[in-house]
Amino acid sequence: MAELNETARSHDMGLHTEQLTGRTQQRFFDISEEENHLYPEAFDVDFNKRTTIDAIDMDARDVNRKIRDLMAEGYGSIVVRNPQARHSLGVGILQRLNLIFEGSLGYFGVGLIDGPNVRVTGRVGWSCAENMMAGTVIVEKNAGSTFGAAMRGGDLVCMGDVGSRTGIDQKGGTIIVGGRTGAFSAFMMQRGRMIVLGDAGKNLGDSMYDGTIFVGGTIESLGVDAVPGDMTDLDCAWLERKLGMYGLTAPNGVANMTKIVAGKQLWNYDNLEPSEKKIVL
Amino acid sequence: MCGIAGIIHRNRSSDIGSEMTSMLQSLKHRGPDSTGFAIYGMPRGDEFVLRFKVAEQEDAAKGYNIHQEIRDRRAEVDRRLAELGVEVVETVDATEYAYRYRIKHGGDMRKVADYVEDVTSTEILSLGSRLELIKDLGDASTVSDQYALRGFNGTHAIGHTRMATESDVDIRSAHPYWAYPYNDIAVVHNGQLTNYWIMRRELERKDFRFMSSCDSELISVYIADKLQEGVDLEEAMVQSVDEFDGVFTYLVATSDKLGMAKDDMAAKPMVLYESDDLVAMASEEVAIRQVLPHEIDTHDPYDREVRVWQS
Repeated sequence: MAELNETARSHDMGLHTEQLTGRTQQRFFDISEEENHLYPEAFDVDFNKRTTIDAIDMDARDVNRKIRDLMAEGYGSIVVRNPQARHSLGVGILQRLNLIFEGSLGYFGVGLIDGPNVRVTGRVGWSCAENMMAGTVIVEKNAGSTFGAAMRGGDLVCMGDVGSRTGIDQKGGTIIVGGRTGAFSAFMMQRGRMIVLGDAGKNLGDSMYDGTIFVGGTIESLGVDAVPGDMTDLDCAWLERKLGMYGLTAPNGVANMTKIVAGKQLWNYDNLEPSEKKIVL
Repeated sequence: MCGIAGIIHRNRSSDIGSEMTSMLQSLKHRGPDSTGFAIYGMPRGDEFVLRFKVAEQEDAAKGYNIHQEIRDRRAEVDRRLAELGVEVVETVDATEYAYRYRIKHGGDMRKVADYVEDVTSTEILSLGSRLELIKDLGDASTVSDQYALRGFNGTHAIGHTRMATESDVDIRSAHPYWAYPYNDIAVVHNGQLTNYWIMRRELERKDFRFMSSCDSELISVYIADKLQEGVDLEEAMVQSVDEFDGVFTYLVATSDKLGMAKDDMAAKPMVLYESDDLVAMASEEVAIRQVLPHEIDTHDPYDREVRVWQS
């Protein structure tokens, strides 16, 4: 690794490329431009200002409205008790926030978020963090199918097992599965990374355009267009760092994980101009 | 879309009618057209419960001289039961067009079923020593209240909230389906079977009857066929995953078992909770939370997964 320069290293990791060869891109923002990356209607919240909601007798709309009201009051850390596996909780939060659900979420939990750090102490149903753009979501138990569907950025972590079609249409960010993932995971994956520490079901990476999948256990079968890739030192370093952020380790070491990448280059997909690609992403 | 739910208590009974009502009511958004219950009560010795209807709810609201026709059809059913030597212990008019009979009969139940269903517009919803199958138009609370299901003591149940996609909105097309002619077997299903007609024709050639054009009925008939061949329930379900085309999750209940099967692509939802005392499953966890309101550990079964639990 020492002999590689920064550009070669980033190319090797597939982090970004100026040639638009289709590898996953990562943009590095100047911290001084922070204000350009906040939504105009974002509330100014203080992470040290903490409060708790008991959702036992509230419907999803009331819970979401309450979270918004509390953010408007400057609360930066919100705990929601008794979410009772209701659907669509914590959706559409477009700013920084520490949000903790003490319990389980139903379908479409924390979808369309851009920025918050979320922890769910229970399980999540189908389509958790769908279209997530930034932030982190950590699920302490299991997750249903289509976990991180169409995800665009941020880290989405499930400590347990996940259903089928994890990361379907994933367009960016990182999905980490602590246990097993079901069939058709990374189906039509376009960018980003998926790390599965356990086994992966059949047709992994079917019809994937791009992106990278790392699997610690066995793979039942690969889908069309998905092929094994070569693990590099930089892959290992990145995996160690990323898993370490969430207290996870690969059962047999990151070096023994299997790397899966797209086996075909899609001409029209890879030849988009940068501005067009940004829209697609 | 449709919603399905199942619950089975181990080594004890419960107010299974209220439990299934609340589970299905929480799934109303998945299908508001009709709701059905297959509830398994306590063993009744040598008695059977016959649930049947002689008209659709829609028929009862219109039609020339329909009320007299309904009375005539029921009278004909009574006459045929008597002709076959069936002892009717008790009758309950659940609605104008659907009835619950407690009966005793030592003879061939298939013959009874065939003869009763030969009466115009008559369909046996269920026949068994423990199974009671109730289905009608409306949400779970409406049907449960209409048929007085709350307080029904039993060991297990499956249920269905229907969003009609490929057949009519009527009782005939509502779930669950009884696995004619087998006592105590019922099926609910969420999904689509795309090789329905091919398989239906095969089963019709084996002399099985279909009362609707709903693909879910095929599952119950398929299971009945396998059981007739001497195949074990769980093995029949495993084989069904190979033979059915399409996307589906379905539940089967027998007098003392409850099973689930998921298709090859795991495309239809199911959330599962298991403990030593109770197993509950549903299309969405919100339904399970109706009977277990505290935090629980649940998971999604995977593709091709088949499970069977004993009461």
